Amino acid sequence: MKLTAYLDGIGLLGPDLDNWDTAQPILAGAVDYAPRAVVVPPPLTLPPAERRRVGLPVKISLAVAQEAITAAQANAGQLASVFASSGADGDNCDVICRTLASEDRQLSPTRFHNSVHNAPAGYWGIASGAMTPATVLCAYDGSFGAGLLEAMTQVSVDATGTLLVAYEAPYPEPLHAKRPLPAAFGLALVLMPHQGPHTLACLQVELSAGPVDQLANPDLEALRRQVPSARSLPLLQALARGHAERVVLEYLEPLSLAVEVQPCR
Amino acid sequence: MTPLHLSHYTASSCLGHGLDATLAALRQHRGGLTPCRFETVHDLDTCIGEVAQVDDCPLPAPLAEYECRNNRLAWLGLQQDGFDAAVEAAIARHGRRRVGVFLGTSTAGILQAEQAYRRRDPATGALPDDFIYRTTHNTYSVADFVRHAFHLEGPAMVISTACSSSAKVFASAARMLAAGLIDAALVGGVDSLCLTTLYGFNSLELLAPEPCRPFDTERNGISIGEAAAFILLERPPDSLDARAVLLLGAGESSDAHHMSSPHPDGLGARMAMSAALQSADLQATEIDYINLHGTATPSNDAAEGKAVAALFGDRVPCSSTKGATGHTLGAAGGLEAVISALALRHGFLPGGVNTRQVDPGIAIQYLTDNRAVAPARVLSNSFGFGGTNCSLVLGRAG
Repeated sequence: MKLTAYLDGIGLLGPDLDNWDTAQPILAGAVDYAPRAVVVPPPLTLPPAERRRVGLPVKISLAVAQEAITAAQANAGQLASVFASSGADGDNCDVICRTLASEDRQLSPTRFHNSVHNAPAGYWGIASGAMTPATVLCAYDGSFGAGLLEAMTQVSVDATGTLLVAYEAPYPEPLHAKRPLPAAFGLALVLMPHQGPHTLACLQVELSAGPVDQLANPDLEALRRQVPSARSLPLLQALARGHAERVVLEYLEPLSLAVEVQPCR
Repeated sequence: MTPLHLSHYTASSCLGHGLDATLAALRQHRGGLTPCRFETVHDLDTCIGEVAQVDDCPLPAPLAEYECRNNRLAWLGLQQDGFDAAVEAAIARHGRRRVGVFLGTSTAGILQAEQAYRRRDPATGALPDDFIYRTTHNTYSVADFVRHAFHLEGPAMVISTACSSSAKVFASAARMLAAGLIDAALVGGVDSLCLTTLYGFNSLELLAPEPCRPFDTERNGISIGEAAAFILLERPPDSLDARAVLLLGAGESSDAHHMSSPHPDGLGARMAMSAALQSADLQATEIDYINLHGTATPSNDAAEGKAVAALFGDRVPCSSTKGATGHTLGAAGGLEAVISALALRHGFLPGGVNTRQVDPGIAIQYLTDNRAVAPARVLSNSFGFGGTNCSLVLGRAG
């Protein structure tokens, strides 16, 4: 059973991957990859009061979501959304756990409502005004695969355009030692049920048992292995090359996801 | 959507372990909330819905790395009503790769991290060696646990959209079945008591000192509960017992309004209910009972009441069962789907408990006593932080 969607826009943020336009030649191998700290833009689409309250995962998600929507020239208010992340806001989680382990357990209300896994989806709704369904999921290291599968079923079963956002932000110590994510990363894909004037590629996804694709560049391969949302890199690389390709992405053992990429321009 | 059969279901909450205990409490119009004495939480003036004997339920040795309260509660829940045997039978029918696991939780095993932070190394600040992040604290841990417990090899995920989590899993599972990726889905919700939610809701001044009173004039906040609810969803067989329960529709929406307050007019809630009716291909007049989200905070109940009144008027009997179970957060959608299934199967409408004076400012038909009326179709609402909304429509087969 193959699920089909048309990719209309991409947003990307990671080490030396500031956005899709500058990342494309790097992923295609035309420009060297030189990992450096991620520069996360401020969430200017949020009202000032909310802007001050949000943590890194919200900033990453909003940046890539907005980039993908702009590239697709899509109306955010008409797209359902799927947010996939292996964790929530690590800094916020650390402060809450420290507070609860201290003599004074009083939490800040903002800390608490920012602790929910769906905080980025909630802030995306506030920023975009989208009252459409938003699904927020986790499948540990398979979170990107689970997000892609969920988004593809929404597009193909509900015949609705869907914004997929996958993201991670590192935990601070002491949780970092237990869950060592080396870098922030985020990507967004605007997936549509029909081909349109902005369509970049047709994607066909199916469950597979095949071995997962690796990247030839050792630094990019390290990123893929270490950050769950970067498990998307073989797909992004195929899109950057612009050739028809079949890539196999990590999902949940023993399953993987095979994605056939057919460029549309 | 194409209707799906709830081929087996179970729930454990403060009302008891399994369906018989749950049904008996609902029939007797009895709640399970008690003053909070959970763990080291002795300074909060609130009531909780604690599941009995969770601590007495260690996981089997091969699953020991998953040890935490949330997975113990999941394990306890899976043992009730022959649910584990039903899952094994589904695996035998469909195969390990054709059974998906889609569960909702808000906090998973965060209690394990909260306790580990108390045992940080005084010199280095390191967490203790016995703390395993992946299998306890991580949001996915409960679905991973269930998938491993049954040696499943199909699609899986946790949906974590706060208090709509385990309602939304029904919608995702229905899509996976419709797409032909699976033949059965193990859905539901597991959420367990922890300090983050107790002190968190306290910080928002949303904890009621007495057992919560949904839709009461004097309602003043929630009582936090915990629960494990599991449902096996499959395509209906050719013939079904009249009392079999079907998932007829699911509707989802977002408020796009505020992180911790609902849209004041319940606009998102109304959109989710409308979408659920549309998905079930039903009119509002064809719903016989609404299991409300009904958390008992002043603003939530007012917003939901406006949304229900706008769509249904005061024609449809409604109640919130959170007065009995507490608000089980990420497990609420699953738990209330099971309660709705019990109402359909056993032919009664469960009245809300603890509500003494129904708020006259909310123009809905709120039930404070059980009613001996057999509903054919029930709507169940689940809404959450971040403005996330999901409504389900369940119906009797005959």
